[in-house]
Amino acid sequence: MNVDVSLIDWSRAQFALTAMYHWLFVPLTLGLGVIMAVMESLYYKTGNEKWKRTAKFWMKLFGVNFAIGVATGIILEFEFGTNWSNYSWFVGDIFGAPLAIEGIIAFFMEATFIAVMFFGWKKVSKGFHLASTWLTVFGATISALWILIANAWMQNPVGMEFNPDTVRNEMNDFWALALSPIAINKFLHTVISSWLVGAAFVVGISSWFLLKKREKEFSIDSIKIAAIVGTIGIVLSVITGDSSAHQVAQKQPMKLAAMEGLYDGGNGVGLVAVGLLSCDKEPNDGKDPDIFNITFPKMLSFLANRDIDSYVPGINDIINGGYPTEKGVALSTQEKMDRGKLAIAALADFSKAKKAKDSTALYDAKQRLDENFKYFGYGYFKAPEDAVPNVSLVFYSFRIMVILAAYFLLLFIVVWIINHKKKFENMKWLQWVCLLSIPLAYITSQAGWIVAEVGRQPWAIQDILPVMAAVSDISVASVKTTFFIFLVLLTVLFVAELSIMIKQIKLGPEAEDTLHG
Amino acid sequence: MDRIKSVSGFFKMYIEGFRTMTWGKTLWIIILIKLFIMFAVLKVFFFPNILSKRFNTNEQKSEYVKEQLINKQ
Repeated sequence: MNVDVSLIDWSRAQFALTAMYHWLFVPLTLGLGVIMAVMESLYYKTGNEKWKRTAKFWMKLFGVNFAIGVATGIILEFEFGTNWSNYSWFVGDIFGAPLAIEGIIAFFMEATFIAVMFFGWKKVSKGFHLASTWLTVFGATISALWILIANAWMQNPVGMEFNPDTVRNEMNDFWALALSPIAINKFLHTVISSWLVGAAFVVGISSWFLLKKREKEFSIDSIKIAAIVGTIGIVLSVITGDSSAHQVAQKQPMKLAAMEGLYDGGNGVGLVAVGLLSCDKEPNDGKDPDIFNITFPKMLSFLANRDIDSYVPGINDIINGGYPTEKGVALSTQEKMDRGKLAIAALADFSKAKKAKDSTALYDAKQRLDENFKYFGYGYFKAPEDAVPNVSLVFYSFRIMVILAAYFLLLFIVVWIINHKKKFENMKWLQWVCLLSIPLAYITSQAGWIVAEVGRQPWAIQDILPVMAAVSDISVASVKTTFFIFLVLLTVLFVAELSIMIKQIKLGPEAEDTLHG
Repeated sequence: MDRIKSVSGFFKMYIEGFRTMTWGKTLWIIILIKLFIMFAVLKVFFFPNILSKRFNTNEQKSEYVKEQLINKQ
């Protein structure tokens, strides 16, 4: 059975479109939530009404973003059932448990406390209101936790056993899944890096008020808090990003090689700071992989293994195998493909033996399946090069994320210092820079997801299910149709959000009540 | 200030909060339209669960996915 490549590509494009759209709202919810909660905490501590007014304005924008963004992630679940039905069945209850917990705990936490946050200013005590605000932020963060646990499992499937009877992965260790170091690190990196988006948004909008010569004190105060939250967020993101890259090196070496455009590995490998890749480079073609690059010597080895002279495999090495790893000599991709085909054949034999009620053959097939299951997904490849993701996209996205994060770190520090010296209000050029930097914050955040998700390709689930096996047997036309329906729908929603957001920003903090005119 | 003193007070806060909304009502209209389009249009007409649509039992679904996974290589 041949799988239509355009079906895979359209299904992936649709998933990417909806995921990226969903991710326009989530980081602002997480980042802006922390900033407004800090502002309200200052109101609680000092009793100064200006902090209440400041917090209420940003809560209003938080509300707009939350309302437009809420439930957009459910569309992704629709797509799982329609476009990725093999995958949905294959993952079994692995996704069900975290997503159900997310739905029950986080949704109800948010729904309860967000109402107190918006409606309860005059109805509950200051302390209770503050707790509700923080719990709203906490609820949104916990929502992200369960989704990211599910996503981390796709990067590193743990805590489960494949059942050939049901063709499902059955969870046998919830805590291995929930407390997987990759899940924890992914959660921390994703949530904390979202503070950058919230901070850039607040600094940018506050700069707009200053450019319009409005709300000077409000803007200065907002910038003060946002620049600090943004700086802390980026510094912590560097730490969690470093851990994340280290984990990628251990569990997804192909992704790391793609991030670096590294074809031929070695000992003491440098980390590419900036570079330009050759457009026509293919694995094992002997051509130079890049036109130019500037590297930090030995840093990739340190990042990958915490040893500046350690060995880091490149794309060619991973394809050809034979390099040393902690578990022995690495298999070539061809050898993994052979093992994968054995696993698939064992699944077929298991099915036949079950129907024939032949217990000896059943036992033999199960043995062969268990021995080779960790390479199951490789059995679908036609050539070893099928295991390589889109190197250029991953390479450039990684650099965009890192360079823009460094830019924002510098920007927040400079803005905070200048603001502290009370000179920011007169620096129009810097205010323009801050305002125009808002889209860059979104690009930084989206680029991070491109690295994580495109870098995982061709896998839907690392090593055990590639996208070509995960996709449903449906017509390309139906996927194309829903792609364009989504494109129109999501564009309309986005325009609606922008227009409401811009209207509320223009009204400013003087439009006091958060949702009441 | 009329502070909440009971559980029913909480419900009153919700009701009063929604009732006195002005521009917030626009947000709720957008949310409701969005949810309607998602669940009553997209889910029903464009995003059926393929396996549930084609098969009635889990055994049938397992057999189908098994066949897909075996034959897709």
